[in-house]
Amino acid sequence: MTVRAIRVIPCLDVDAGRVVKGVNFVDIRDAGDPVELAAVYDDQGADELVFLDITASSDRRDTTVKMARAVAEKVFIPFTIGGGIRTVDDVRRLLMAGADKVSVNTAAVKRPELVAEVGREFGRQCCVVAIDAKSSSDTGSGFEVFTHGGRTRTGLDAVDWAREVVRLGAGEILLTSMDRDGTRSGFDLVLTSAVSSAVDVPVIASGGVGSLQHLVDGVVEGGADAVLAASIFHFGEHTVAEAKRRMSDCGITVRPPE
Amino acid sequence: MPGDDRPLIAILDYGIGNLHSAHKGFDHAGADARLTSDRGLIADAVGVVLPGVGAFEPCMRALHSTGLDEVSLERIEAGTPFFGICIGMQVLFAASEEAPGCEGLGVIDRTVRLIPGGVKRPQMQWNVLDRQGFDHPMFDGLPEEAWVYFVHSYCAESGPEMIATCDYGTDLMAAMARDNLWAAQFHPEKSGSNGLRILKNFVTMAVCYAGVSG
Repeated sequence: MTVRAIRVIPCLDVDAGRVVKGVNFVDIRDAGDPVELAAVYDDQGADELVFLDITASSDRRDTTVKMARAVAEKVFIPFTIGGGIRTVDDVRRLLMAGADKVSVNTAAVKRPELVAEVGREFGRQCCVVAIDAKSSSDTGSGFEVFTHGGRTRTGLDAVDWAREVVRLGAGEILLTSMDRDGTRSGFDLVLTSAVSSAVDVPVIASGGVGSLQHLVDGVVEGGADAVLAASIFHFGEHTVAEAKRRMSDCGITVRPPE
Repeated sequence: MPGDDRPLIAILDYGIGNLHSAHKGFDHAGADARLTSDRGLIADAVGVVLPGVGAFEPCMRALHSTGLDEVSLERIEAGTPFFGICIGMQVLFAASEEAPGCEGLGVIDRTVRLIPGGVKRPQMQWNVLDRQGFDHPMFDGLPEEAWVYFVHSYCAESGPEMIATCDYGTDLMAAMARDNLWAAQFHPEKSGSNGLRILKNFVTMAVCYAGVSG
């Protein structure tokens, strides 16, 4: 009946346990409350949620763990927490608090064994590796891995790196095009397609969504297993339910919103 | 808490992974859910849940080091309603291809196998429960097309206990039941309202068993 159902994943930026970057739609009492927003997206039919922790302060770990705990108490769909995760202990605390997956990025580039350790300790299904890639003529695939939010070059070929983290123990790749992020011009389909065909774990396409058709393109042309977007959902342009309807109308299998 | 007349559901705490969601899910389903490794409390519970995430071998190792492997077998043998979830389902089997040489609980004398190729592994997505015509109390109140959330690379060999499959390249065993023993390969505690309904159905069944037996 179903073989592959594409997931639609809203992404929320979180600073000190509060959702930031102007989520602004529907009647919610507190647009900064991650629990309330998670519930709204759950109602709209979101398949998972990603919380990206951008907290700079040193108490980030405690606030994020608290947030994970609060979300898990009220919202019964899977969610991933990423941002600033450096050690197996960071991962353990987030998982114990109710997060289903964690995503590691810079820390994995600095110390790839972290991916293996997390996969071994908690199972690869909860180990997401986030790859931020930019086009670059210095790598074989034409895409290079960047860290620190796209500021730091690593010299790593994005496709090779994806293969490497999967070999180490990643259960999923969260692939963001830094060229497209924030442009609303659609996913980088060449990048998405190159990575999704190189690995046998699910790939989440991210970066650049400005319309519902972009989500369709990410799946049909990019081969993504899941699509992630932020602004088109946060500013009330589209609901997750609308996104799923569009995808379904284009022949993509999705879990229908209830 | 004293004076609490909600049914006591013991969620086996063997120190691994995300047990918080299962805990809150059962609370939400109307149970007095406790994360515990206390034998006395587990014996008092009307239902016992073996949740699980991660890999077969670390899970078996943790069960063994906490003695909860024996406790699980005792409870199943005693007829207490018992619900294995995800890896908690897989460890009910004799062995897994994921960990050659590592013995499972062996309640079901079959093997857990790698999902056949040609699909991405893990299966990490929502999928439809195909109940194959079975009308089991686990599914009471679910819509005809019930979607639930799966995360797994391995899957138990199907057999006479099977009550639902999902199609992921091939038909995989998604849920099974035998007398007091229920198990789900998917995560009811992460499957939104359908999943919460399944947890509630388990609590209802457990209360029913307790009424009959004592």
